[in-house]
Amino acid sequence: MSQRAGGTEFTLDTAAELAGETVAAEIRGRSPWYLAWRRLRRNYVAFFFLLIFLLVIVACALAPLYASHVAHSGPDANHILETVKVNGHPVQVVSKGGVINGKLVPSLPIGPTWFGGGGKFVLGADGPNGRDEAVRLLYGGRNSLIVGIGSSAICVFFAVVLALLAGYFRGWIDFVITRFFDLFYAFPVVLLGIALGSALAINGFHHFGISVQPGSLWIPTLVISYVLVPYVGRPLRGQVLSLREKEFVEAAIAQGASPLRVMFSELLPNLASSVLVFFTLIIANNIVLEAALSFLGAGVQPPTSSWGTLISTGRDFIVTRPWLSLAPGIAIVLTVLSLNVFGDGLRDALDPRAKVKVQH
Amino acid sequence: MGERLLDVNDLHVHFATEDGVVRAVDGVSFELERGDVFGIVGESGSGKSVTAMTLMGLTRGVNAHFEGEVMYKGKDLLNISEREFQDYRGAEIGMIFQDPMTSLNPVYRIGDQIVEAIRAHEGVDRRTAQRRAVELLRQVGIPNPESRVDDFPHQFSGGMRQRAMIAIALSCNPDILIADEPTTALDVTIQAQIIELISRLKDDFNSAVILITHDLGVVADIADDIIVMYAGRVVERAATRELFYNPQMPYTWGLLGSIPRLDRPRPERLHSIKGAPPSLINMPPGCKFRPRCPHAFEKCTQEPQLENHVESAAHLDRCWLDTDYKRAHRDATISGGHTEAA
Amino acid sequence: MLAFLVRRAIGAVLVCAAVTFIVFLIFIVVPGGGPYGTAERIAGKNATTQNIINIEHQWAFDRPFYVQYWRMMKKMFDGSLVSYTSQQNVVSQIVQGMPATFSLTIGAGVIWLFFGICVGVISALTAGRLSDRVITVLALIGISMPVFWLGLVARYYLAEGGFITFFPDGEYVPFTNSPTAWFAHLILPWLVLAVLFIGFYGRVLRGNILDTVNEDFVRTAKAKGLTPRRILIRHVLRTSLIPVVTLFGLDFASVLGGGAILTETVFDLHGVGQYAAQSINNFDLPPIMGVTMYGAFFIVVFSVIVDLFYAYLDPRIRPT
Repeated sequence: MSQRAGGTEFTLDTAAELAGETVAAEIRGRSPWYLAWRRLRRNYVAFFFLLIFLLVIVACALAPLYASHVAHSGPDANHILETVKVNGHPVQVVSKGGVINGKLVPSLPIGPTWFGGGGKFVLGADGPNGRDEAVRLLYGGRNSLIVGIGSSAICVFFAVVLALLAGYFRGWIDFVITRFFDLFYAFPVVLLGIALGSALAINGFHHFGISVQPGSLWIPTLVISYVLVPYVGRPLRGQVLSLREKEFVEAAIAQGASPLRVMFSELLPNLASSVLVFFTLIIANNIVLEAALSFLGAGVQPPTSSWGTLISTGRDFIVTRPWLSLAPGIAIVLTVLSLNVFGDGLRDALDPRAKVKVQH
Repeated sequence: MGERLLDVNDLHVHFATEDGVVRAVDGVSFELERGDVFGIVGESGSGKSVTAMTLMGLTRGVNAHFEGEVMYKGKDLLNISEREFQDYRGAEIGMIFQDPMTSLNPVYRIGDQIVEAIRAHEGVDRRTAQRRAVELLRQVGIPNPESRVDDFPHQFSGGMRQRAMIAIALSCNPDILIADEPTTALDVTIQAQIIELISRLKDDFNSAVILITHDLGVVADIADDIIVMYAGRVVERAATRELFYNPQMPYTWGLLGSIPRLDRPRPERLHSIKGAPPSLINMPPGCKFRPRCPHAFEKCTQEPQLENHVESAAHLDRCWLDTDYKRAHRDATISGGHTEAA
Repeated sequence: MLAFLVRRAIGAVLVCAAVTFIVFLIFIVVPGGGPYGTAERIAGKNATTQNIINIEHQWAFDRPFYVQYWRMMKKMFDGSLVSYTSQQNVVSQIVQGMPATFSLTIGAGVIWLFFGICVGVISALTAGRLSDRVITVLALIGISMPVFWLGLVARYYLAEGGFITFFPDGEYVPFTNSPTAWFAHLILPWLVLAVLFIGFYGRVLRGNILDTVNEDFVRTAKAKGLTPRRILIRHVLRTSLIPVVTLFGLDFASVLGGGAILTETVFDLHGVGQYAAQSINNFDLPPIMGVTMYGAFFIVVFSVIVDLFYAYLDPRIRPT
């Protein structure tokens, strides 16, 4: 039995040398993004709902196709005086009303034809103008999605910038930014949205060299992004503050990295997963907020339509033609639900113990 | 020495995880008698904490699988129901944990937390329990216990919190106190006080102590017997003096060598055991310490048994090396200097 | 403690002052520069030229900003804020609408807090199993539904004949008129408003409970030999509920201060929220200004109360 002359170097190679066998499987270092992707990949439910969301986007994007090839009608085209063949029978698009359920109804648009009319008025016509509801649903959806996604992008962008500035520089910059956040936390979101929305609805926005006309989609987009900035900015600022304390940031600063570099190379990548989750959940939140504001009249202004305005105009006919309000609502629920489920899955994948929450 | 309290026989604790079966504790045996202080020493991942928590039934779960026996006063704790275990916890076996700040509930007063422990097992009224709480605080060395009993944990310093934890653990006079890394989160100066307190209380309460740590310096003073754990197994077991003066495992040498010593020539570099503990899922065959052992040789591909190789019959170790070889190389390994050729 | 209170109170006053400034910005300054002058906008839809000139004078739009601000503040607080479109005094309208808004919010609040906690506890205790998954799905659907749409649908199906006409069809009946009618007319609005929050709170609480269960002090509680029930209630819930309670405080204030606008509008409850909503349709700014400011004030005051309550719940927050 021979024994090795003992050295005092404890190395991993000793065993391999001796027996020529493989050491227990080496630990391969994997990036957190890869691990997250692997976790997400296994979440079929989340992917299913992501698919639904994407389908909604595609459907709305293809609105013109639907309009011209299926419904043969534009979103604003009146068909008051027309007749349509439904399952063989001619039906007036907008017929005279009467007394229904004890209420006087001035005019009665056609109900859903469910493709019985050859693709026209699948969801019925809206009253009193006789416009094709299905077409309006898709066009309105476009606007809702534009406002929802656009406002989220703008909101998250500014929230990240403010959070980085406040968290990195701290001191009085942080003080000012935090006061700014706190101040707007005092306003109920819907109320502030209404206030800004209605104030800007008449005149538009004409400051700082930008000029936005009152009917533009930019107004609700900017209003919503502005209102939500504190809700995204505050939690992100908290994260930046705690990241700031970590050694790798101190090390970067000690090596002479400029503030911009630190913010971009050290802080931002670590915020990325929170930002991603926030972004997804905020889109969901904003679509609902836009619908609420438009429903009240403080968001998207007629003649532009969105799911919110559709629900509002459909409200008058809720008893006789419930689908006018049901359809846009279902569209919203579907879109928002898919975003919420996917956002949940995203959050679980990126950090199973994350505490990223969107406060309403 | 005293009455036999605890008999751990070939304890295995395995956890089923998505990556495989983690063999956290893989055949641990020891005994505990009243009045003993028993030390369990090892790195993180050696299985020492899992062993301790298993004694309290805190590792029970859907994915946990147990083998062996844990005999406490004649009853196998691995087989009793959860309801029964609740009666044992606190009343028969008490435990204190590593970080006293997070181990105490921040929204309740210290006194209330002690009272809660007392009233969980003894049907006394609040006032009596409160008085006992004050007395306990006094016993663990907290000044002004009458007023401090109404403080919240965040108003105590780290050392005081650990004392309060000890008071809670001893409040129902348990026969065994398990201290899992009680000093790791504390300053060095406080460490000594806490260890001394534990030793004194053991005598006052006439109980036994299981002291778990990664720091051999901590057990040196008060432990009677020590087991060294590695990769879920006991790799060496001896009475304290015997372990420090005649250690038989190269791993133990590494642990001893990594304690900075004032009475030895200063090494160039602080000595540490290179490498990392093996994965508890895919364990290498043979001696688990082989990949990191500078003295490993062919026989080490076979798992050694825990046997006695030296004069002192109670001193067991898991190593194939010849005792003469060990004697020749031990000091050099411990002090990190150069060796002579074998 | 007193010093803390005084400091918070001063902070609250400052925030209120800032709120008034913000309201001024939003309504007077920001929309400026477009085709409609400020006075025209305040005058509303059916304004005559004389009206506009009067308003310009009264609100001092021909004078510098700080005078305008001062005038606005005076109008807000001396009760002379008037809607030019409806010829009604804004403050008195707000006061008239308060019982309905309070009834709606308090009732819904009680319901959503109670059920939210139940749902959260159940889904945490049965985490991973069927009941948890079902609750999670329902909660997700609940928070994905726009509250006003749900109200519309509920009102249609349950009160207007879509399915049944069991529930009263909207409108608010004061408690003093008839407690039963008051209750009956509010059930549907309460439930609709609560659905969104129950889902959200259930999920928040579930998350908190699952995190708290892993805390060290819960392990200590177990090591003391406490019964699982005691551990759950006195240690896990006591800690998990703290964030939920503070959340509730803020949400409650937010709903009361105007978030219930949508529900009131849909159910014709004629509360403060509906008053604001009607004003929007007419682009009638003075009422919206009034409601916005009072809504914000309410939240500020409420958040001081919530802070105090939080300090009571979590001793670490208390100033020593």
